[in-house]
Amino acid sequence: MELLSGGEMIMRALKEEGVKMIFGYPGGAVLHIYDALYQQDAVEHILVRHEQAAVHAADGFARSTGEVGVSLVTSGPGATNAITGIATAYMDSIPLVVISGNVPSHLMGTDAFQETDMIGCCRPIVKHSFLVRSIEEIPSVMKKAFHIAKSGRPGPVVVDVPKDMTAPTEKRPFEYPETVKMRSYTPALKGHAGQIRKALDLLLEAKRPVIYAGGGVVLGDAAEELTAIAKRLGYPVTNTLMGLGAFPGSDDQFIGMLGMHGFYEANQAMHQADVIFAVGARFDDRVTNNPKKFCPNARIVHIDIDPASIQKTVRHIEVPLVGPVKPVLADMVEMLNQMDVEPDQDALSAWWETINGWREKHGLWTGDRFTRRDKIMPQDVIRTLYEVTNGEAFICSDVGQHQMFAAQYYKYDQPRQWINSGGLGTMGFGLPAAMGVQLAHPDRHVAVVTGEGSIQMCIEELSTCTQYNMPVKIINLNNAALGMVKQWQDMQYGGRYAASTYADSLPDFVKLAQAYGHVGMIVTDPSELKAKMEECFAMKDRVVFMDIYIDPDEHVYPMQIPTGSMKDMILSKTERTK
Amino acid sequence: MRHIISVLMENEPGALSRVVGLFSQRGYNIESLTVAPTEDSTLSRLTVTTIGDDTVIEQITKQLNKLIDVVKLVDLTEGEHIERELMLIKIKATGAQRAEVKRTCDIFRGQIVDVTPAMYTVQLTGTSDKLDAFIDAIGASAILEVVRSGVSGIARGERVLSV
Repeated sequence: MELLSGGEMIMRALKEEGVKMIFGYPGGAVLHIYDALYQQDAVEHILVRHEQAAVHAADGFARSTGEVGVSLVTSGPGATNAITGIATAYMDSIPLVVISGNVPSHLMGTDAFQETDMIGCCRPIVKHSFLVRSIEEIPSVMKKAFHIAKSGRPGPVVVDVPKDMTAPTEKRPFEYPETVKMRSYTPALKGHAGQIRKALDLLLEAKRPVIYAGGGVVLGDAAEELTAIAKRLGYPVTNTLMGLGAFPGSDDQFIGMLGMHGFYEANQAMHQADVIFAVGARFDDRVTNNPKKFCPNARIVHIDIDPASIQKTVRHIEVPLVGPVKPVLADMVEMLNQMDVEPDQDALSAWWETINGWREKHGLWTGDRFTRRDKIMPQDVIRTLYEVTNGEAFICSDVGQHQMFAAQYYKYDQPRQWINSGGLGTMGFGLPAAMGVQLAHPDRHVAVVTGEGSIQMCIEELSTCTQYNMPVKIINLNNAALGMVKQWQDMQYGGRYAASTYADSLPDFVKLAQAYGHVGMIVTDPSELKAKMEECFAMKDRVVFMDIYIDPDEHVYPMQIPTGSMKDMILSKTERTK
Repeated sequence: MRHIISVLMENEPGALSRVVGLFSQRGYNIESLTVAPTEDSTLSRLTVTTIGDDTVIEQITKQLNKLIDVVKLVDLTEGEHIERELMLIKIKATGAQRAEVKRTCDIFRGQIVDVTPAMYTVQLTGTSDKLDAFIDAIGASAILEVVRSGVSGIARGERVLSV
């Protein structure tokens, strides 16, 4: 059998797993691994400028491809810098393997230089973690790490490797396991046929149905199956923030995103529904508003790969269905085709009439309410972005008002097209995530929708973009304030802007972009917006930083009224639902 | 309501910290916790007693099951079961009190396992309630030290928790 060092084993394991690209930052504890990396050519390494970005970039890569993202960081500060990235991936169930170095085994526990208890630090934010205790176990640990990361409900797995486990002088026999079997980990592969039947029976009884689809549909590659069943039934579909793209955004059956900043028609439809079909969604607090007042008349079918997501917050689930959404939905469609029952068409058309009424009255896509001649409205920036990119770009968002506008006004027709930190809400996610997306899709347009607050949290990555020629387009919605914080301060704190403004100290983003070798553009006039954006996307090989000065006073609406039900919303600065 | 949850898990370093961490992270309550390897040295059995309503207990069992190191678990309080806790207790025993402590100990079927002229060390097993009752009967002023093992439990009848 072949003899390899631990460092070589790690690289070979990555090759065996089909990994083409990893994102990392070297340091003392991982130098042996880096030396092994240098001496092979199956895996390309992208040197980021901060470990947080290494994990976000791997995360963006994973979100856009469905493959496992991989990062490599050193011990101590390298590992703790990775923590925000790992937590981000954990909250959104993104498959990652994060390899962290640690001090040599004999120094562990002695407060050695650059030592940190990585296994302890990351415990609450990983799907699982491994501390490598012998060189011999590296192949099986790596195999398990990838298996756990991508199967069941995906998530990040940390492999912590003490430096002595990778020493080039210590060679051991290497054989990569072909399969993995763990008695303690057996995720469901199919749904229960009886429950599927019950779910269908309930769905077919519906008079006012809503399909509520979440990130699980995207992660489970089930968009096609979801669309098939939605089309077969003719029911309205709403997507969560994480589920955008699971059902085509430009389809008439799509009634918009739901939740805290969801569409009026989506939130109303949920509240009035008699049957809700929840697919790969987890009844998050940003969706349900007050769970006690959540959809009082609805009978609910809930499909989820994770049993713990079922009945966690909303308790009245009539038909729980544990399983991966793809095969479950496929089985449902097949069973439906064999059944001799159709949905109640009269009830359904009445229901659509009601929904269309809501749409006409308060729909965000109805009319031209956000086009202004005196200032640039953020909503209009997103709509222009949609037009200029023909609805086909990858949109990587940061966190805040711009994120909500990007969720509301770009119509995502494809799953994995919308990349954002939904669960953790990590500012600084957008740019590094976009790097991972761009490297995975070199021929596609990748836009970062961000604000002057978020972008400054990982702005050092503009340098990485230069090094590896990643021509992402940065759409900076500049309102010279932490917009979402300011919005809450307007609404709940009497307009006292505690620590949310910094207008006089913002950098000149155009010069900043130029300093990194990129193109910078400034846009202040609404009439120039479209032309400048076209110019931006025409520069195919360049990073372009569009610094767009938007109306600083704009708020995101609708906004659910805290402690209320789904249907209780603030609709504008002057209107709210009764 | 009080529940006794019995967990079979991989006897791996760090497995216990994942279980304990889960409870603190999600705000679940731990009344007592015991853990030791089983006859199969690759498996540990952990018993945790906790208090919570149905929603909380359902989440606890589901979240425990999600831990990769957890092989199987059972909520013993869902069925007939036996629960036992071991207590070692040092009690002042001088003068007339000495005979009284011995009598109380006999009533509770405890054993005196260590003796000095001034104290007894008593070993007592039983349900947690029984141990509580013994402590009450002795009275706080006579107690020098108490150590309790936490609850271990097993289902009655032929139901077994094994891989």
